Amino acid sequence: MNEYNFAYLDEQTKRMIRRAILKALAVPGYQVPFASREMPMPYGWGTGGVQVSAATLTPDDVFKVIDQGADDTTNAVSIRKFFEKTAGVATTEETGKATIIQTRHRIPEARLRADQILVYQVPIPEPLRFLEPRETETRKMHSLQEYGLMHVKLYEDISQHGAISTAYAYPVRVADRYVMDPSPIPKFDNPKLEMDAIQLFGAGREQRIYALPPHTRVVSLDFEDYPFEASKADHACNLCGAEDSYLDEVITDDAGNRMFVCSDTDYCRSRREAGHQGRLAQEGTA
Amino acid sequence: MTPQTRFSGGFTDAPVQAAHAFRAAMTVMARPGEIRQLVGATPPEGLSVAAGTLLLTLSDPDTGVYLAGAADSPAVRQWLTFHTGAPLVPAAQADFAVGLWQDLMPLEQYRIGTPEYPDRSATLIVECGVLHQSGATLRGPGIRDTARLALPDVAALQANSDLYPLGCDFFFTCGDTVAALPRSTRIEPKG
Repeated sequence: MNEYNFAYLDEQTKRMIRRAILKALAVPGYQVPFASREMPMPYGWGTGGVQVSAATLTPDDVFKVIDQGADDTTNAVSIRKFFEKTAGVATTEETGKATIIQTRHRIPEARLRADQILVYQVPIPEPLRFLEPRETETRKMHSLQEYGLMHVKLYEDISQHGAISTAYAYPVRVADRYVMDPSPIPKFDNPKLEMDAIQLFGAGREQRIYALPPHTRVVSLDFEDYPFEASKADHACNLCGAEDSYLDEVITDDAGNRMFVCSDTDYCRSRREAGHQGRLAQEGTA
Repeated sequence: MTPQTRFSGGFTDAPVQAAHAFRAAMTVMARPGEIRQLVGATPPEGLSVAAGTLLLTLSDPDTGVYLAGAADSPAVRQWLTFHTGAPLVPAAQADFAVGLWQDLMPLEQYRIGTPEYPDRSATLIVECGVLHQSGATLRGPGIRDTARLALPDVAALQANSDLYPLGCDFFFTCGDTVAALPRSTRIEPKG
């Protein structure tokens, strides 16, 4: 006997995670504690997302993994290989073909469908943690909806920088109840949190699972006179020319030259294959 | 056809069947009002296929199960104990309760969670004669605009959703189909 159980985890562990996922869906935005297991990768490399994916996968699924939008970075490649080996599932880099997408720090540009599931890797699930280090206190604050501290933090942003400078992990209010950390996605992605797909969040080291059912009301915290703004670099992608996608800035030499490229590699590639060209497309595709 | 014994009727390929069963359960819990097929187990008389499959998928020695009314038969007890090892407990301690709506009542006897840990609440698996998308109007997370689902007792379920974020969550099972109603759903009697 040298084969893994389907999707690596033993059945009792999967049942425990599945029960946590169901409660997380029943109370959107609330962080359900779960008995996170040691995985054959270090904490911080997506062990929470991997455990949620393992409990959710069936052999019929097509699995995609992205890290900051990219399919071809170390974290994404190793998690994709992990499930190819332990679950035998088909994998893809095409957003439209995937049924489960595990992500670190991005939401794909393409609109997700109702039959897709997005699994987030979460480092710190508690949005109040950097304001209040004690778990007993943050639990109480959530139970009493005592979220004034979070608004004070955003206010201090404005008083120091003239605008809300929080650019990623931008806090949201879920279904008019829980304040939730959407994981370190750029705030550009926040409006996409209201989507047709099921969204599951797994924090392995912190042992929490939370969820957003489809069409759940998700509001980014802001002020009447300083409304939330989904911002991105004010450029077009240098490879595919997209003006609506989130961009990475890449330094290209010692002379201070730089280029902007889509952080979502599949989006960028499919646009280039469709004939779209950015400013540096000729050199970029070499 | 061999007689149903406590040893038969479980999953024949547990990792795969449980994975498919969970996806159906997760889909209906995430989309209140949707009805999905849920198969895999062949439970003894007193449990529907969907209810039996749900219990095999979700219960184990860590979860107390309360069997109500017709579901509380020696055959069901032995089958559930053999296949899951779940302790059989009174309603007040249950993580899962299964039976007909009238046998499961009153709703007040189940755990609804605590303000700090609302997840520590019971999930009721309600055996129904029919499941159809008519009757009460549902709104809330998981529903684009509105959904419809025939519910056994609208007033009691409204009272449960008024407890939000506390409260029980419900699966409704009928034969080999399942629907769900989480506590987050707001219910209006007529649409």
